[in-house]
Amino acid sequence: MLNENINDGDECLVDRRVTPLPDKPVAPIGLALMTIAPKPSFVLSRRHLLGIEGLSHADISGLLDLAEEFVDLNRQVEKKRASLRGRTQINLFFEVSTRTQASFELAGKRLGADVMNMSTSSSSMRKGETLIDTAITLNAMHPDIIVVRHHASGAVELLARKVDCSVINAGDGSHEHPTQALLDALTIRRNKGHIEGLLVAICGDILHSRVARSNIILLNAMGARVRVVAPSTLLPPGIERFGVEVARDMREGLADADIVMMLRLQRERMNGSYVPSMSEYFHYYGLDEKKLAYAKPGAMVMHPGPMNRGVEIDSIVADGAQSLIREQVEMGVAVRMAVLEALSRNLPNA
Amino acid sequence: MMLSDRHPILLANARIVDPSRDLDIVGDLLIAEGVIREAKKGIGAAGVPEGTDVIDCRGRLIAPGLIDMRAFIGEPGEANRETLASASQAAAAGGVTTIICQPDTSPTIDNPATVDFVLRRARDNAIVHVHPMAAITKGLEGKEMTEIGLLKAAGAVAFTDGAKSVANAQVMRRALTYAGDFDAMIVHHTEDPNLIGDGVMNEGEFAARLGLLGIPKAAETVMLERDIRLVALSGGRYHAASVTCVDSLEILRRAKDAGLNVSASASINHVTLNENDIGPYRTFLKLAPPLRTEDDRKALVQAVGSGLVDVIMSDHNPQDVETKRLPFAEAAPGAIGLETMLTAGLRLVHGGEIELTALLRAMSTRPAELLGLPGGTLKSGAPADVIVVDMDLPWVLDPDELKSKCKNTPFDEARLTGRVVRTIVSGRTVYEYV
Repeated sequence: MLNENINDGDECLVDRRVTPLPDKPVAPIGLALMTIAPKPSFVLSRRHLLGIEGLSHADISGLLDLAEEFVDLNRQVEKKRASLRGRTQINLFFEVSTRTQASFELAGKRLGADVMNMSTSSSSMRKGETLIDTAITLNAMHPDIIVVRHHASGAVELLARKVDCSVINAGDGSHEHPTQALLDALTIRRNKGHIEGLLVAICGDILHSRVARSNIILLNAMGARVRVVAPSTLLPPGIERFGVEVARDMREGLADADIVMMLRLQRERMNGSYVPSMSEYFHYYGLDEKKLAYAKPGAMVMHPGPMNRGVEIDSIVADGAQSLIREQVEMGVAVRMAVLEALSRNLPNA
Repeated sequence: MMLSDRHPILLANARIVDPSRDLDIVGDLLIAEGVIREAKKGIGAAGVPEGTDVIDCRGRLIAPGLIDMRAFIGEPGEANRETLASASQAAAAGGVTTIICQPDTSPTIDNPATVDFVLRRARDNAIVHVHPMAAITKGLEGKEMTEIGLLKAAGAVAFTDGAKSVANAQVMRRALTYAGDFDAMIVHHTEDPNLIGDGVMNEGEFAARLGLLGIPKAAETVMLERDIRLVALSGGRYHAASVTCVDSLEILRRAKDAGLNVSASASINHVTLNENDIGPYRTFLKLAPPLRTEDDRKALVQAVGSGLVDVIMSDHNPQDVETKRLPFAEAAPGAIGLETMLTAGLRLVHGGEIELTALLRAMSTRPAELLGLPGGTLKSGAPADVIVVDMDLPWVLDPDELKSKCKNTPFDEARLTGRVVRTIVSGRTVYEYV
């Protein structure tokens, strides 16, 4: 049975047998593993993933479960799947990104998709072509999935309305970054065993952060307690109506926290004076060992990256035993594979 | 402005509402030689002059033609957005018989020659009356005062920097003081540009959820409050161009109670829509000033009803696909409104939020009084700028049928009740809905 399917990806999609994966990375294994398809039962009943908003508890859990399987796959030597074979994935990045773009590219390739990267530095998007025109042009090339990052809130949704394929939001302005919230959730779940009931403190530039918005929505949906900690100038007015506790001070904000999630101070979005200086910011809001001690003993530290070391986080903490920052990156690939896989199941002829 | 029809017109069997004298009767209205002869019961039965065209209104509403106090037209300079001709067609279809155009054109309407140009273009191409407001400051730069005396003599009905605010209080103080000598009204967009910052919609929970930077109400109230103090100092005649929130109404109330010569407009958008209508980043609802909360909207409607807010204007601002089909933060603000102002306002009447007379007063009588124009009334001898409205006609707005060159209407495919069926300007029918 296994041997029959070696070179036939479509077949292995039809026959979705679940085989338990080994716990540890395994040395050279046969192509046979290609037949291990993820749970066929999970269906994300939507064409696009534009945000966490609107996803149910079951949707989120389903995606995380699916991602777990890819975590194991990614630790093996043979990481290739065929579920997106023949599919075209375009990574359309209007904003510079290293880790997210690389993560989506690897995720797509490991699932067998043909992946193309487009970024503003190399394309007509710089020559004044509008977002809509770019969308219509790409749509004519029949991609199956477009992964979009854009500097304006709502831009990905706007683009999604103009194309026939699936669209994944890889971050739009200060609005949402759904795959980041999912990978954070996966990281938390794997380390704490659950999400419900945990106290998560999200600290820093909440105002400009799409990561914060997606995380707040997701953590609330999963039953966690969320607290935001920031100077008032970096809190969006109306934040108290998001179902979060609000603190303006790290001692108060980190008290009893199970997870301390630091955000990057988005200096590029700061047209205007939000904080007086980087050193004052670090003094009051930068996470160092002293401030981390305010949190629950054994609290875990997270950061979506890229970090401004010495601005919002001290290197000792970032690289310390309580840090999950590198694991977040690893979970990123798995979660993006899960999202690609789940959305591809809804594609025509899937 | 228009040649009047050869024949007198009798609009018979109508509900006649004249907000200039709180008249609401069933009767007939006789028009001859471009002016209203009389409006009362039984004109038709008593016999009309020979050759009169008798139009049976079958109980429909007759009201003074609307005077839209704030419309942005692309002429001169941006005829691709809107010309005086296309704007006037849109106006006629919406029951607007007088457009007050704004000076935000290219070149700016900041000198008597440009005022003259606009008036001549309007005379030749427009089917409704057009009067320009001229700039307060040269080039709308907020620095040097324009020739207010000469501009007024050339035909500018008021002075405004359009969608821009005069940030420099000293410039504003001088303009108010100087304009006072000519009894010229200063109309001001009250939004502090520094407090707007990078904001694109009303500040609050909804903006935070959309990840958009907010504009606090204080951007409006700080500027309005400043202006009111300057009016007290200078004694000028002042009109707030577009108030949007409860806080502004309180400031306005105090100014009026203090006896200052202050009045205000609200846009049709701000009395019929709120920030939630933006929904999934609908750029047609990106406005300046931004749509506020439902509480603010309700308070505005009430203020129009009580007369605290004097005028409802369309804030007509044509934007094409290139400036609107963009991410929300990058899209241009503004919505068209000439064609939908009345029908959108009728929503408030049908919903029991405002009396019909109060709505019509804010759209005709009050603007006429503030600008010193002869319309806005159905009194004998007034210009025959008259509309006939079917109050109960249901229809769905199809953007393709709009006369405006741009289709950026917030009422895109909205279900509406009531529409203008005939528009008469200077005694001549310029629009008829069949």
